[in-house]
Amino acid sequence: MTTLPRTGRPLLAPYITGGIRPDWTEYLHEYVRNGADAIEIGLPFSDPILDGPTIQEASDTALRRGVTVRSILDEVAAIDAGVPLIAMTYYNLVHRDAAAFCRDLAAAGIHGLIVPDLPVDESAPLAAAAASAEVDLTLLVAPTTPAARLAEIAAASRGFVYAVSTMGTTGSSFAASGGRLATEVRELTALPVLLAFGIATHADAVTAARSADGVVIGAALMRRILDGCSPAELGAVLAGFRKALDEDGSDCVP
Amino acid sequence: MTEIALPRPAAGVMSDPGALGRFGEYGGRYVPESLIPACAALEEAFRDAWSDPRFRRDLDRLLAVHAGRPTALTPAWRLSADLGVNVLLKREDLAHTGSHKINNVLGQALLAKRMGKTRLLAETGAGQHGVATATAGALLGLDVTVYMGEVDIERQALNVFRMKMLGAEVVPVTSGTRTLKDSTSEALRQWVTCVDEAHYCLGSVMGPHPYPWMVREFQRVIGDEARRQCAAELSTGIPDYVVACIGGGSNAAGTFAGFADTGAQLVGVEAEGGAAVAFGQVGVLHGFRSYLLQDENGQVSEAHSIAAGLDYPGIGPEHAHLRDSGRARYVTVSDEEIVPAVRRLARTEGILPALESAHAIAWVIRAAESGELPPWSTVLVTLSGRGDKDMATLMAAS
Ligand SMILES: Cc1ncc(COP(=O)(O)O)c(C=O)c1O
Repeated sequence: MTTLPRTGRPLLAPYITGGIRPDWTEYLHEYVRNGADAIEIGLPFSDPILDGPTIQEASDTALRRGVTVRSILDEVAAIDAGVPLIAMTYYNLVHRDAAAFCRDLAAAGIHGLIVPDLPVDESAPLAAAAASAEVDLTLLVAPTTPAARLAEIAAASRGFVYAVSTMGTTGSSFAASGGRLATEVRELTALPVLLAFGIATHADAVTAARSADGVVIGAALMRRILDGCSPAELGAVLAGFRKALDEDGSDCVP
Repeated sequence: MTEIALPRPAAGVMSDPGALGRFGEYGGRYVPESLIPACAALEEAFRDAWSDPRFRRDLDRLLAVHAGRPTALTPAWRLSADLGVNVLLKREDLAHTGSHKINNVLGQALLAKRMGKTRLLAETGAGQHGVATATAGALLGLDVTVYMGEVDIERQALNVFRMKMLGAEVVPVTSGTRTLKDSTSEALRQWVTCVDEAHYCLGSVMGPHPYPWMVREFQRVIGDEARRQCAAELSTGIPDYVVACIGGGSNAAGTFAGFADTGAQLVGVEAEGGAAVAFGQVGVLHGFRSYLLQDENGQVSEAHSIAAGLDYPGIGPEHAHLRDSGRARYVTVSDEEIVPAVRRLARTEGILPALESAHAIAWVIRAAESGELPPWSTVLVTLSGRGDKDMATLMAAS
C-alpha cells in the first residue's frame, strides 16, 4: 500500500513522466534526496486528455523514445527509491487486463495508481483488481464535484485523495479555490488530501499546503526537464519547494 | 408535413442506454471528474428537452425552415440499371451546409440555449461539423470556437474559411497527430475550463454519455424520414439493405435507428485505414469504450483515409454493440475504390458525393458486382454529404 508518511510537515509529491530521458530514473533519486515524500510516475499515453501542453510534450517525447509500460516498470523494478511510488496513467493502458496490470505495478514496487479518466462510477472493476494486488487506487475530486459525490469519492479512494485545484489541465495556473475543495474533503476522510495541478511557485505550494496535507508538482518540474535541466539541477529546484513548505514563511520567493 | 406515427424500435435495439450510457458492454462515461457534473447536467437537460413537445416542435421547425428538411429520397435510376440492384439515395447532401452534420448541431445548439449556455465548442476533422456548428451559432446567437488539427486545417482550407466567414474562431491543434482525434482531445480539455458558459457540441455518436445516444437521437431524423419515404416508394415498404459510411458513425446511427426494428440488413462502411471494427480492439478513448485502432501497447493509432471525415481511430459505442449482437455488420472499402465511385455516381446520377459518402456507394458497387447483393434487391444508401469540399483532393487524384 502507498501509506504516505505522517511526518507532521506538508507532503511533497513530485511527478515525472516515465522514460522521458534515458537517465530519467536519476531524477527519482534526486527527488528522494531533496525531500520527496512520494513520487508520481506518469506512464505515457498517446492521448492524455487531462494534461496540458507540457505533459503532452513530455509524453510524446517518451513515446517517441519507444518506451512502454513494460520498459518503464522494468527500470523502476531495478531501483530502490525508498519512498512510495504512484503510477499515473490513462484507462486505455490499464483496462485490457487490469489484474495483470496491477500485479505488474506491485512487482515493480509501485503500490499506488491514479487514472484520471476513470471516474468513481466506472472504477469498480479496477478497484477490485488493484485491491487484490495490494495497489491503492487513488481517486480524484474536482472543484465542481457536488458534496454528496465528494463523500462517495473520499470513501472509495485508497492511499490518499487527489484534489484537482483548478478547472483545467495539468500546468494550468493554480487556483486558490482549490483550498476550499481540500478543506472540504479533509472533513470527509482520514486519508491525506494532496492538492495538484498548477502548483508552479513556492507561493502556490505554500498556499496549497495550508489547506491540504501536501502537494503534487508536475508540469512545473517537467517543463524544466524538457528544457534540459539535469537531475542535480532539478533536485535543487525540489529542495527549494521542500524548504518553502517546511518554513511556510511569508518571505518565500516564487 | 403530414406526420405518420412510427413504430418504436423493439426494446433493446437502439433504445435508451440508461443512466450509465451502456450499449451492451460499450459506451459509458470515462472522463475526468471535472467533467462529470457537466455530462450529468447535459444528460438531464437532454432527457427533459427530448420529452418536451415544445422543444421537439422548435427543432422540427428549424430543421424544416433552416436546414431544408425533409431531404429527398432519390431513386438512382441509371446506377440501378447498371448494377442490377435497386438503389435509393437518402440525400443528406441536400441539407443546409452540405451534410447531415447540421441535424445534430441544430439539436445541440437549441439544447445549449435552453441550458442557458452562451458558447459552443466543437472539434472538427473535415470541417463539415465545424461549419455546421458555426452555422448554428450564427443562427442562434452563440459564440463558436472550433478546434481543428493543423494537418486538417491545411487540407481543408476552404472549410476553415467558411467557418471564419460565419464568425467562428478556429483554433489550430498542434499536439499528437494534429488530426481529428487530437482536436477531440483538445476540445475536451478546453471544455473543462469553461463548463459553466460553454456547451461542447460533439460531432458524432461518440464521447461520454449522453453524447452517443443524444447524437443518434438528433440524427434519427434521417432514418425516420427514409422509413416513411421507403414506405411510399417501395412495394415492400422496407429496403432489403440499409447502407451508410462510418467515421464516428452518426449518419449511420441516425439511418439505422429508423430501421432497427425491421428485417432490413444494416451495413456500416468504414474506410480501410480507419476501420476500428475490422482492425481495432476494445479500448477507451474520449470518454467511451468501443473498438479502437491501437498498437499492442494500447497507444492509439493514427487513422488514414482519403476522406478526412473518416480519419478517426474509434467508432461509436452503439455500433460496437450492433456488431457484436449481429444486428448490423461492418465492412471496409479502400481509398482506391473511392474516386471511381465518386465519378460513377456523378456520371450516372448527376450527384457528386462527399468522399466520405462515396465509401457507402463504393461498397454497394462492389457488392452488386460480386453478386453479394441479390439481383433487384433494394438498397437504401445514405448520401451523407456533397462533394464540393473535396474538389482539391479529386483534382489531385485525377
Ligand atoms: C459528409 C460526411 N459524411 C460522413 C462523415 C463521418 O461522420 P459520421 O460517421 O459521424 O457520420 C463526415 C464527417 O466529417 C462527413 O463530413
